[in-house]
Amino acid sequence: MTGLRPGRLATLLCGLVAVFLLMPLIAVVPVSFTSKRYLSLPDGDWSWRHYAALFSDPDWGRSLWTSIEVGVLASSLSVVLATAFCLGLWMMRPRFGGLMTGFVLLPMVAPPVVSSLTLYFFLNKLSQWNSLIGYDTLGGVVLAHTVMVVPYAVIVVMVSLGQLDRRMDLAAQSMGASVPTRIFGIILPNIRFGLLGAFVMSFLFSWDEIGVTLFVTSVNTITLPRRMWMGLRDNVDPSIASLSVLLILVVAAIVIGRAAFAMRAARSRR
Amino acid sequence: MRPTLFLICPVLLFLGLSYLLPFLGIVQLSFTDPQPGLAQYRHVLSDPLTLAVIWRTLRLCIIVTVVSVGCAYIITLLWVRGTPVIRLLTELCIMIPFWISVLSRAFGWLSLLSNRGLINTWLKDAGLIDASIQMTRNEFAVVVGMAHYLIPFAVFPLATAMRNVDERVLTAADGMGASRLRIFWQIFLPMTGNGIIGATLLVFVFSIGFYVTPALLGGGQSVLLAELIYLWIFQMPQWGMAAALSVVMMIAVGGILVALMRRNAEIAK
Repeated sequence: MTGLRPGRLATLLCGLVAVFLLMPLIAVVPVSFTSKRYLSLPDGDWSWRHYAALFSDPDWGRSLWTSIEVGVLASSLSVVLATAFCLGLWMMRPRFGGLMTGFVLLPMVAPPVVSSLTLYFFLNKLSQWNSLIGYDTLGGVVLAHTVMVVPYAVIVVMVSLGQLDRRMDLAAQSMGASVPTRIFGIILPNIRFGLLGAFVMSFLFSWDEIGVTLFVTSVNTITLPRRMWMGLRDNVDPSIASLSVLLILVVAAIVIGRAAFAMRAARSRR
Repeated sequence: MRPTLFLICPVLLFLGLSYLLPFLGIVQLSFTDPQPGLAQYRHVLSDPLTLAVIWRTLRLCIIVTVVSVGCAYIITLLWVRGTPVIRLLTELCIMIPFWISVLSRAFGWLSLLSNRGLINTWLKDAGLIDASIQMTRNEFAVVVGMAHYLIPFAVFPLATAMRNVDERVLTAADGMGASRLRIFWQIFLPMTGNGIIGATLLVFVFSIGFYVTPALLGGGQSVLLAELIYLWIFQMPQWGMAAALSVVMMIAVGGILVALMRRNAEIAK
């Protein structure tokens, strides 16, 4: 058995890949402490100025708030749409269910730039008759993000419905429960963690979305990734290094925490 | 059963109105703007500049795909078959970058590779070079950045394939006296072939329409297809051309995905 474990060469190569994967995340740490106004390493004098700039500049705060608003609205909308869709498929099992699912997953598999162009075209048209949900508005970004994240919500809800025992619903049905009772009394309470997962997943993808956002916003509605993009494109602003460090710390804490939790759970099971 | 129809329809209606219909609008534009006919397609498929971008994109995407799948294979091998400690470490190395914003990751590479970046500073301090080596705003940086982004995506199909390998086959080969190298080349690698094909197609499809990393690390020097579409829309309004190129891209990617699904359906049988 032990002879079939990966050998030294594989471990060495894997180490190199691991270094490759982690290097850029570590590289931003020293850069974030530079005292200069351009991208550089702190030569002797370390400084917190770019962290301070992050907290004192109202633009960053505004963008943070925009991202949260867009994320919450888009993921709420996408979870409602996705849950209704999956429930319909699960309860009715219609003939073209596979085809419908394929259609709903389309924005996930289409090339991002094609989706961006399509949504830009769509919001431009909307702008002509409604100023609230058109190009470069909060409503417009929410709409575009909902299109992009709804496939992820559908996948998560579908997986949790797949794990649900159908007999529970059949029992309720045979006792004469109406469709709303079955949905709100039986099915939804049983997949509540799946719904929460779908919300978190949609929020994370909306929070990070940049490809489409670049096409559908310009000056009024600037999400956090959009502001990072602006700071990277024109002249590399070290504030982005400090923001990146903060974001990396949050992600690392969550991932490591999850791994530790999973390990503890595995140990207690033994 | 009628009420359930009201459940399925909203999302279909929503995506139909806000995604399918506008896409059909794009298709229409590709045939009508600026003049009706196939001129836009003729231009996209014959203009030397556009063709150069298409070839560069294909070439870079192939390189990126090979690098990503190769790296992903090695790290997945350890993630699936290593000792528990190694498994945990590799999982962290895969998952942390996966959840970090594509912009932070591109910025990390800029910090490492740019003229005043970490690598140039180290090399200068060590006295190995006098002037900075240009490592950004070129294809090298684009390949590095895109591979870094895509490795975690390649990991998932590979992990599924490796988990499905029957342990007993490997033990049998070991028992018959096959060398470790032979077990890997003649048994393990072919048995994970479907995972490799799946990962390759997935990474390739993802890399073709990818905009952010190439635009940042290429610095406008090596324009790829997605950036060309962006330029056509926002710099020199040429909607028809951008639309035609998008349609071509959609058809190419759709073809690859249909082939992938056919394959999977065959395997499932």
